[in-house]
Amino acid sequence: MDTNRSFMKALKCRECGHEYALEATHVCEFDFGPLEVVYDYDRIQDVLSRKVIESRVRTMWRYRELLPIAGEPTVGRQVGFTPLVRADRLAARLGLKELWIKNDAVNYPTLSFKDRVVSVALSRAVELGFRTVACASTGNLANSVAANAAAAGLDAYVFIPHDLEKGKVLNSLIYGARVIGIRGHYDEVNRLCAEIAGKYGWAFVNVNMRPYYAEGSKSMGFEIQEQMGWKIPQHTVICMASGSLLTKIHKSYQEFSKLGLVASTPWKIHGAQATGCSPITTAQKAGLDFFKPVKPNTIAKSLAIGTPADGFYALKVMKETGGSGEDVTDDEIREGIRLLAECEGIFAETAGGVTVGVAKKLVAQGKIPPDESVVLCITGNGLKTLDAVDGYAGVTREIRPSLREFEGVLASDKPAIAAAHA
Amino acid sequence: MPIHVRIPTPLRKLTNNEELVPVVASTVGAAIAELQSRFPGIKERLLDEQGAVRRFVNVYVNEEDIRFLQNQQTPLKEGDEISIIPAIAGG
Repeated sequence: MDTNRSFMKALKCRECGHEYALEATHVCEFDFGPLEVVYDYDRIQDVLSRKVIESRVRTMWRYRELLPIAGEPTVGRQVGFTPLVRADRLAARLGLKELWIKNDAVNYPTLSFKDRVVSVALSRAVELGFRTVACASTGNLANSVAANAAAAGLDAYVFIPHDLEKGKVLNSLIYGARVIGIRGHYDEVNRLCAEIAGKYGWAFVNVNMRPYYAEGSKSMGFEIQEQMGWKIPQHTVICMASGSLLTKIHKSYQEFSKLGLVASTPWKIHGAQATGCSPITTAQKAGLDFFKPVKPNTIAKSLAIGTPADGFYALKVMKETGGSGEDVTDDEIREGIRLLAECEGIFAETAGGVTVGVAKKLVAQGKIPPDESVVLCITGNGLKTLDAVDGYAGVTREIRPSLREFEGVLASDKPAIAAAHA
Repeated sequence: MPIHVRIPTPLRKLTNNEELVPVVASTVGAAIAELQSRFPGIKERLLDEQGAVRRFVNVYVNEEDIRFLQNQQTPLKEGDEISIIPAIAGG
């Protein structure tokens, strides 16, 4: 291991501050608090500047000093630097002036933000000598572990709820990963995986590799700031399952501010959930700093975590930044998916529908003022959750190959087209 | 069949690496008290100063989170299995 290239100092308990060696371990022995990577920010400040970052290849690894691996990345070297799209048409529909979409629906290679966390977790797993990797997943993480493990020549076991969308299941199987469907919801998959991780010497990306894994999400926030022209957006709307992504995007803004890469202007972090699984936003709206676990029932299966591990910290981030939490029903989720697709040509999965739907509500409630800059984090691709919109996206009209029949169709479209352009 | 408590890896140093510990107890709270009497120090790892289950600890009886049951008052019967699991991120 080339320790000179490492900017990590230790793992540290977020609750009591007890420090641990940089190994595959994730909870504090004293209070079960989550462990987090501590960096040597003084050394990072010496080597990292806007100029250095801009000179590098356009992937998430252009911020490698702030990502928890010791050497060069070995897995997922091409991940990240997804488009930040100026969304004027959607802005007009929502009543905003400056709206951006951070589009991880086209992240490489498996079309979700999970490729960020997995490339970090697996690169670190290789550094620590693991040959078998695993995860508990609501789908996207499983896809990413399966694909990245295949490319790196690692064995993969992925554990998912048995009733996931077919697209998400096939998207894990095709890479040769061993896929285990658990008859239960994600929280039960997780509980089993905690027990399996304790027993076998595998790198479980979201269990014993969690301190490294979770840091990968920061890269989405680093990119947002650089792509906005080295600025922090005034509002960021982020969907929440465990709440980890939201806390890490907040951390990315803190780190760039601390390192002087951006001006430390105020920012608000808003959390989005589906009404059918909203333990965090329910607590936020009630003004509580703890949440009550729920049994999920929503079409946003990628967000269906009833016992969110980072829920407590997500609540803290929303409170400290003056942000809000809100949730949307299944119908509002589908409407959000359509709105984003029709306005911006971006087809997001259900989680994206949650983010768009919640943004719409927050603007309507005045919690996002019309003249402030807003970024919506779109985390996954709609092609993976076709089941959720099947029957809601309109219908194909079938005709014989006849010009006359086509002109009949066209005539029936005329009133609607005229209305749209009126 | 006694009641068994499945001990998670971070706590096994306290239980001499025992993974499955049999207890005799009528509630989850009583089971934690019995664990404490046999493995001193284990209670403070699981419960905070007010005696509530710590924020990042999840306790299950037969695969059901005790927060959906009666928390530490959840009754136990012969053959039940208690699991203690740290909260996990992911998705």
